[in-house]
Amino acid sequence: MINSLFLINPSGEIFLEKHWKSVVSRSVCDYFLEAKEKALEPEDVPPVIHTPHHYLISIYRDKLFFLSVIQTEVPPLFVIEFLHRIAEMIQDYFGECSETVVKDHMVMVYELLEEMLDNGFPLATESNVLKEMIRPPTILRSVVNTLTGTSNVGDTLPTGQLSTIPWRRAGVRYTNNEAYFDVVEEIDAILDQSGTTVFAEIQGVVEACVKLSGMPDLTLSFMNPCLLDDVSFHPCVRYKLWESERVLSFIPPDGNFTLMTYHVNAQNLVAIPVYVKQSISFFECGSDGRLDVTVGPKQTMGKTVEGVMVTVHLPKTILSINLTATQGSYTYDNGTKLLVWDIGKLNPQKLPNLRGSLSLQAGAPKPEENPSLNIDLKIQQLAISGLKVNRLDMFGEKYKPFKGVKYITKAGKFQVRT
Amino acid sequence: MREKSCMFMIKFFLSLPLLISIIKLSTTAILFYDSLAFHNKHFCTLAKRQMLSMSTNNLSYSDQGGTDSAVEVGQETTPTSSNAGAGFGLFSVDFKKNEDLKEMLESNKESLKLEAMKRVVGLIAKGKNASELFPAVVKNVASKNIELKKLVYVYLVRYAEEQQDLALLSISTFQRALKDPNQLIRASALRVLSSIRVPIIVPIMMLAIKEAASDMSPYVRKTSAHAIQKLYSLDQDQKELLIEVIEKLLKDKSTLVAGSVVMAFEEVCPDRIDLIHKNYRKLCNLLVDVEEWGQVVIISMLTRYARTQFTSPWKEDGVFDEHNERAFYESDEENTRNETEAKPYMMDPDHRLLLRNTKPLLQSRNTAVVMSVAQLYWHLAPKNEVSIVTKSLVRLLRSHREVQYIVLQNIATMSIQRKGMFEPYMKSFYVRSTDATHIKSLKLEILTSLANEANISTILREFQTYVKSQDKQFAAGTIQAIGRCATNISEVTDTCLNGLVLLLSNRDETVVAESVVVIRKLLQIQPTQHSDIIKHMAKLFDNITVPMARASILWLMGEYCERVPKIAPDVLRKMAKSFTSEEDIVKLQTVNLAAKLYLTNSKQTKLLTQYILNLGKYDQNYDIRDRTRFIRQLIVPNDNNGALSKYAHRILLAPKPAPVLESAYKDRDRYQLGTLSHTINTKASGYLELSDWPAVAPDKSVRNVEVIEPGKEWAPSLGKTGKSKPAKSSDDKFYSDSGEEEEEEEEEEGIRESSSEDGSGSSNSEESHVQKNSSQSSEESDKSSSQSEKSSSESDSEKKERKTKTPLQKKTVKPTAKDGDSDENGNVAKEANSSSAEESSSDSESDSDTHTDSDSGTEHKKKTKSKAKPKVEVKSTKEVSLLDLGDFTPAPVTQHKSPVLSPSLLGDLEGLSLSNVSSTIQLSGPVFVPEKSHDLLHHMTGKGLSAQYQFPRQPCLYQPTMVSVQISLTNTTDHPLEQIHIGDRSPTGLNIHCFNTIECLEPEASVTVFIGVDFNDSTQAANFQLCTKEDHFSVSIQPAIGELLLPITMTELDFRKEQGKLLGMNESSATITMAAENMTSQPISRLVATVANLGVVPSSQDNVHRFAGKTASSGAVVLVMVELRESSTALITINTEKSVMGSMLLRDLKLALA
Repeated sequence: MINSLFLINPSGEIFLEKHWKSVVSRSVCDYFLEAKEKALEPEDVPPVIHTPHHYLISIYRDKLFFLSVIQTEVPPLFVIEFLHRIAEMIQDYFGECSETVVKDHMVMVYELLEEMLDNGFPLATESNVLKEMIRPPTILRSVVNTLTGTSNVGDTLPTGQLSTIPWRRAGVRYTNNEAYFDVVEEIDAILDQSGTTVFAEIQGVVEACVKLSGMPDLTLSFMNPCLLDDVSFHPCVRYKLWESERVLSFIPPDGNFTLMTYHVNAQNLVAIPVYVKQSISFFECGSDGRLDVTVGPKQTMGKTVEGVMVTVHLPKTILSINLTATQGSYTYDNGTKLLVWDIGKLNPQKLPNLRGSLSLQAGAPKPEENPSLNIDLKIQQLAISGLKVNRLDMFGEKYKPFKGVKYITKAGKFQVRT
Repeated sequence: MREKSCMFMIKFFLSLPLLISIIKLSTTAILFYDSLAFHNKHFCTLAKRQMLSMSTNNLSYSDQGGTDSAVEVGQETTPTSSNAGAGFGLFSVDFKKNEDLKEMLESNKESLKLEAMKRVVGLIAKGKNASELFPAVVKNVASKNIELKKLVYVYLVRYAEEQQDLALLSISTFQRALKDPNQLIRASALRVLSSIRVPIIVPIMMLAIKEAASDMSPYVRKTSAHAIQKLYSLDQDQKELLIEVIEKLLKDKSTLVAGSVVMAFEEVCPDRIDLIHKNYRKLCNLLVDVEEWGQVVIISMLTRYARTQFTSPWKEDGVFDEHNERAFYESDEENTRNETEAKPYMMDPDHRLLLRNTKPLLQSRNTAVVMSVAQLYWHLAPKNEVSIVTKSLVRLLRSHREVQYIVLQNIATMSIQRKGMFEPYMKSFYVRSTDATHIKSLKLEILTSLANEANISTILREFQTYVKSQDKQFAAGTIQAIGRCATNISEVTDTCLNGLVLLLSNRDETVVAESVVVIRKLLQIQPTQHSDIIKHMAKLFDNITVPMARASILWLMGEYCERVPKIAPDVLRKMAKSFTSEEDIVKLQTVNLAAKLYLTNSKQTKLLTQYILNLGKYDQNYDIRDRTRFIRQLIVPNDNNGALSKYAHRILLAPKPAPVLESAYKDRDRYQLGTLSHTINTKASGYLELSDWPAVAPDKSVRNVEVIEPGKEWAPSLGKTGKSKPAKSSDDKFYSDSGEEEEEEEEEEGIRESSSEDGSGSSNSEESHVQKNSSQSSEESDKSSSQSEKSSSESDSEKKERKTKTPLQKKTVKPTAKDGDSDENGNVAKEANSSSAEESSSDSESDSDTHTDSDSGTEHKKKTKSKAKPKVEVKSTKEVSLLDLGDFTPAPVTQHKSPVLSPSLLGDLEGLSLSNVSSTIQLSGPVFVPEKSHDLLHHMTGKGLSAQYQFPRQPCLYQPTMVSVQISLTNTTDHPLEQIHIGDRSPTGLNIHCFNTIECLEPEASVTVFIGVDFNDSTQAANFQLCTKEDHFSVSIQPAIGELLLPITMTELDFRKEQGKLLGMNESSATITMAAENMTSQPISRLVATVANLGVVPSSQDNVHRFAGKTASSGAVVLVMVELRESSTALITINTEKSVMGSMLLRDLKLALA
C-alpha cells in the first residue's frame, strides 16, 4: 500500500522521509516538485501524480505537503485519508502541525509513523491507542524523563488495540466527570450580486469533550432529529440505534473527538444571518475604481453576530487601495492582493461600512469580474438550523457527570458574488 | 543452511576494509553461529575490534579481553581513533561525524545510548546516510529499554536490506522474542523480523508466520497477516505455503484479523476466490466492526467476489438507461428476452446480505470507507438502489480538497451514466472562487453532465458567472462546457451560440479563442443554420482585436464562404486593406481565405487575392512568404503545375469532420470506481479487473458454513450432508413412510395464513420484507447473549430469503447445511418450548410461504415438505442423520467470550455463531395478565365503533418477534358495521399482523380479535387505521415498556451468569423506598408483573427477587433484580443490553414499587 512518506515544505525542501517497505529514493519527489512549480497556488498541485514507476499521492495541509509514494493499485482516498490522519495526529500530539514542530519532535514523529503503518497498511490510527504506546510530550514528563531516564514509549499492548472499542482505553479516571458537547453549524452559501441566495446549506458537527471515568455508555438524543438529513459518525456510535430510535448511543473515546457530522435537510430554508451591500466598480476610463461594502444583520434569531470578517481577493491589476472602515480595521497585502476587513461584532444600529478608492496599475484594463467576498462570522448560543439536544443519559457508571451543551453558528464557505 | 550462512559471514568479513584479521575473525564468527544464539555482545566485540584496528592499526590487539574490557578499551581509545581517522581517505567526513554517536552507542549508560539512537533516527528521518553505524546499533537490539529497542528496530528495518549479513546477527533475538509471553513483544518481534528484507531468513520467517497464525492473541495473528505480504514480496516462491496460512487466517473470527488477512489475500492470491466462499457471510457480518482501513480492503475484495458469484441485478430495472440496448436487441432477440422475462430476477440472499451490511458504513467518518461502499453499490446494487449513496458522496465534498478531487472524479463518471442520481444535488457542484483549479474543472464537468432540458437555464446562468472568472483557464473550460451543453441539448443550442458570440468581444485572449473554437465546433455540427452566426461574427469582426479570434473567424469565413457569398469577399476586402498591420496568424488565415474565395468566387475576388498574395510574397515572416508561394502555385493555374491545381478545390475545401464534444469521463467506468486506475485513467500496476456478471450464478451452496461452535456434539453431522444428494433422496423416502397427516396440516395452515396475509395488502411484499429482516438482524447483532428464540427467528428470515429465488435455484437450496442447521436451532428452541413449539414453527413456515404465492402449487407443496421435514424427522427413526435430535441434550452451553470484548460489542459478532445460544433460557407463560384495557377508539370518535386493546401477554402466534395485542371491537350503533379491517399504518415500516376482516358486526355485538405488532423494541406507538366500510379512524397503540417483553424461566445460576455478561453500561439501577407491606415476595412479584411481562426466577435468598424476560423483537435478555435492604429500601437492578429499554423499565418499576 503506502510505500514511503515525504514531508515537504512550501519551498520544496524534503525534511522528513519514512519508508515502510524498501527505500524509495527521494529523487522520486522531483516529479512532484515539478508539478508544484507549475501550479500557481500550492492548492493547485494535483493530488495524484503518475510517474513512470510510482504513483505520488499528496495532500497539502497546514502549509506542508505530505507526499506518499505508492507502487500498486490502492484506493486513492485510502491514502489521502491516511495522510490527513497523520497530520491530525501531529496536531493532536504537539498542538500544531508545522514544519518547526515536526523538526523539533522528529524522533517522536518517526516513532509514531512507525506505529501507524505496518508494511504500508494502517495499524494503529486511533489517537487513544497511539497515546498509550507513545505518550505525548508534556513539560512535566520531559523533566521527569531526563531525570529518571524513563521513556515515552509504553511497553504494554494498548488495551484499545485489542478490543472492539479501540477508541477507548481502559481504566480512565477523573475526579471531575464531565461531558461537553458543542453543536457547531456552518452555513455554506453563495449569494449573488443582488443578495439572493444561489445556494445555501447547513453543515453541522457535534464536537465532544468527554472526560468520564470508567466505561460510560452515553445516549444523546435530540429534540428534533428529523432535521438531520445526512449524518456520519465517529466509529463509537451505534448505527443501528440511530437507525431505529434516532438517538446517539455510544461509549465515548476519552477526551476530544468529533461525535458526528450532519447535513440539515435541504427542504428547510436556510436562514442567512447577514446581508452584504456592496458595490465594487472600476471606471472605464482612467485607472481607478471604488469599493463600498456594508454588512448588516438579517436573520439572526435575536442573537448578536460576532467575529465578522470580510475577505476579498482583489484583482491582480490593483496597484494600491485607500479605504476607510467605520468599524473594525482592515489589512491589505499587496503581494497576494488579499484584503481582510475584520469587523468584529455587528451593531444593528450602526452598520459597519468600508469604502474608498482602488487604483489600478497604469494602463491595465478594467478587471472583468469583480472579486467575490468571503464572509466569516460567528453566532454564539445558536444552532441556525434549530437543532436542539434533548438530553444526555449515562449508563454503566454510578457517578453523576457534569453535562453541558453549547451551540455555535459559523460561516462556512460563505461567498458573496459581486 | 549453516554452510550458506558461513559463506555469508566470510563474505562479510572479506568486505571489511582491513583484511588482516580475516581468518581469526571468521573462525570466531563461525563459532558464534554454531552456538545458535550467537550473542550480540560478541558481535560487538568484533565490531569494536574492527573499528579499533581500522583506526589504530593495532594488530596486536587480541580477542582475549572479553566483552567488557573491549568496550572499555573502545572508549579509551576513541580519542586517538578520531585523530587517526582523518588519515584514511576512505572514510570521509561522515565517518568522523558519526564517531561520537558510535561512542555513545557503545557506552554503558542507557540514557546515552538512547540519546544516540534518537540522533541516529533523526538522521534517518532527514534522509541522511547512517548505515555505517549498523554494527554499533544492532548490538542494542536486545536492550531492555523499550524505547531504545524500538529505535533500534526502526534502524534495523531501514538498513537491513543494505547490510544483510550484519542484519543476520539480530535474528536470534527476534526468534527468542517470538516465544515471549507478552503478546506485544511477540507481535513486534514478528513485525520487525518480517520487515527485514533479507532473503536468507525466508525459512525462519515462514516458520514464524505459521506459528503466529495460530497464536492465542488476535493481535499477533494480525501481525502475521501483515507478515505474509512482506514475505511474499521478498520471495514469491513461498506463495503456496502462504496461501495455506491465508486460508487459515481467513477463518479467524476476530475483527482485528479480518482486514489484514484480506489485505494479504489481495496481495498474494487475489484470484483464489474459492478461499472466500466459506468466509463470505462471516466477513459480511463482521464488516461493521472491523477497523476502518480493513473495511475498505474487505469491501473492495467483496465487490470483486460478488461480481463473479451472483447474477446481474440490472436486467429488470435497467429500462431507462439501457433503452438504447433494448431497442437494438428487440428486433432479433425477442425470443430470448421473453425467456428471461419469464424468469423474474431474484437476488441471491448473500448478495442482499452484502448490500445490507455495507449500507451503514456510508455513515462512516472515513471518506475511503464511504467511497468504497459507494463503488460497491455502483457495481453491485440494483439500479434503483444505487442512489442511496448519493447523499453520502455529496457529503464527502465538504471534506479536504484532495478528498473532493477524488470524489468529484468518481461522481463525474457516475453522473454521465446516471444523471438522476446527482441532479437533486446540482447546487453542491457550484463553483466557488476559492476552489482549486482542478476542483473547479471537475465541478464544471459534472454540471455539464447533469444538464438537461429542465435545468439548463439555471446551469447556463451559473456558467455565465464562471465565464467572467479571473481564472482564465477556468473561464475557457466553462466555454467548452457551454459548447457541450449546446450540443447535448438542442433547445439551447442557439442560446449558447449567441452567448458565445457575445464572448467574442471579451478582452481575454484565451476566452475569445476558446469561444471561437467552440463556436466553430458547434457550427460544424450543425452546418445548416450557421450562416446567421457567421454573418454576426463578420459584423463583430471589426471590433475584435484578439488575433487568435480574428484568425478563427477568417477560417470560418473561408470554410463556409459559399454560405455567406456576399460577406466573405467584403471581409477579404477589409483584410486586404489592413493586411500589413495584422498579426502573423491573421495574415496566414487571410491568405487561406483569399485562396478559398478565389476557388469559389473568382470573379469577385481575383484581384483581391492577387493583391493579398503579392503583399504576402514580401512579408517579413518567412512562414507567410512560404504559404503565399504555395497557395499561389496551387490555385493560379499556369504551365508548370497544372496537375496539382486541378485538385486545389478538393485540397482546400475538403469537408472537415465535425469535432466530437464529449466528456473526458465518458469511458472511465471501465475501471472500478474509487481505484487509483480510475483516477489516473490508466491501468495501475496491480489493478484487479472487475469481472462481468456471470450469466448463470455459480453454485451458491459453497458459501454455506458448518457451524463449529460450542455445543458441537451434533454439529459435524450437519455440515456436509447439506449439499449432497442422498439427503434429498432420503427426504422422499422419509415422506413416503411418515405421516401424511402432518404434512397436510402444515399445508393447510400455510394456506390459511397466506389468505389472511392477503388481506394485509402489499406491505408484505419483498421490499418491506427485506427491510424488516434487516432491522431485525441488526437488532440481533446488538445483543450480548443470544437466545434460542432469536436463532429461530433468524432462521426464519433465512428461510424467507431463501424462498425468494428463481424456481431453478430453489431446488439447490433445499436442505443445505446452513438451512438445516438453523432449522434445528429453531427447533431446539421450539421443542423446548412446550407451549407453542408447534404453532410457532408452522407459523414461520406458512409465513414464509406467503411470500411465494406466485409459485405454482406443486412447488409450494414441495417447499412445505422440505420445511416440515426436520420436525417430523425428530419423531421418525434415526436414519436421517441430518437433523438427528435424539441425543441432543439441552445442557447449558457455556458461552465463549474473550474478556476484552465488551458484552454489547460481542453481540455484533454473533452473526457467525448461531449456536451461541444458551439453551437454558426458555420461554414461559405469563405470570400475570393485566386486566387493564386501554381505549383504542372511543365510540364517540369511532362513530359508534368502539375498540379497546389489552396485552394478553401471550407469545404472538404470527411471528415470534411480535407482541400480541387483543382488541375488542364493539358496535354501539343501531346498524351493523361492515368490513372492519386495518388500513394504512405508520410508520410504514412497522410490521403489523392484521386480523381477518370482520365482514359484519351486528349492533351491540362485540368481537375480540388478536393482532401482532412488531414494535422493534421501542415504545414508539403503532399507528394504524381502523377501517369500516364507510369510515376509517386513525388509532394508535402505545405499549408500555413492560409489554414488549416476554417472560423466560431460568435458574438462579443462569441468571447470575447472564447478569455477569451484562455489566457495566448494560446495567442500570436505582434505590427506592418501599412501603413496608410490599416488602415480601408475593407483592413484589405481583407489582413487578403488573409493570412488565417477566418470569420469576426462583431465588435462594429471601431478600433478593429475580425476574427474567426477553425483548419480543430482538430477544435481548432483560434481567431484573430487586434486592431488599433494611429500613424499607430496595435496590432495583436491571441488566439488559438494550440500555434505553433498561432505563425506561427502571423508571416504571420505580413508580410501581415505591
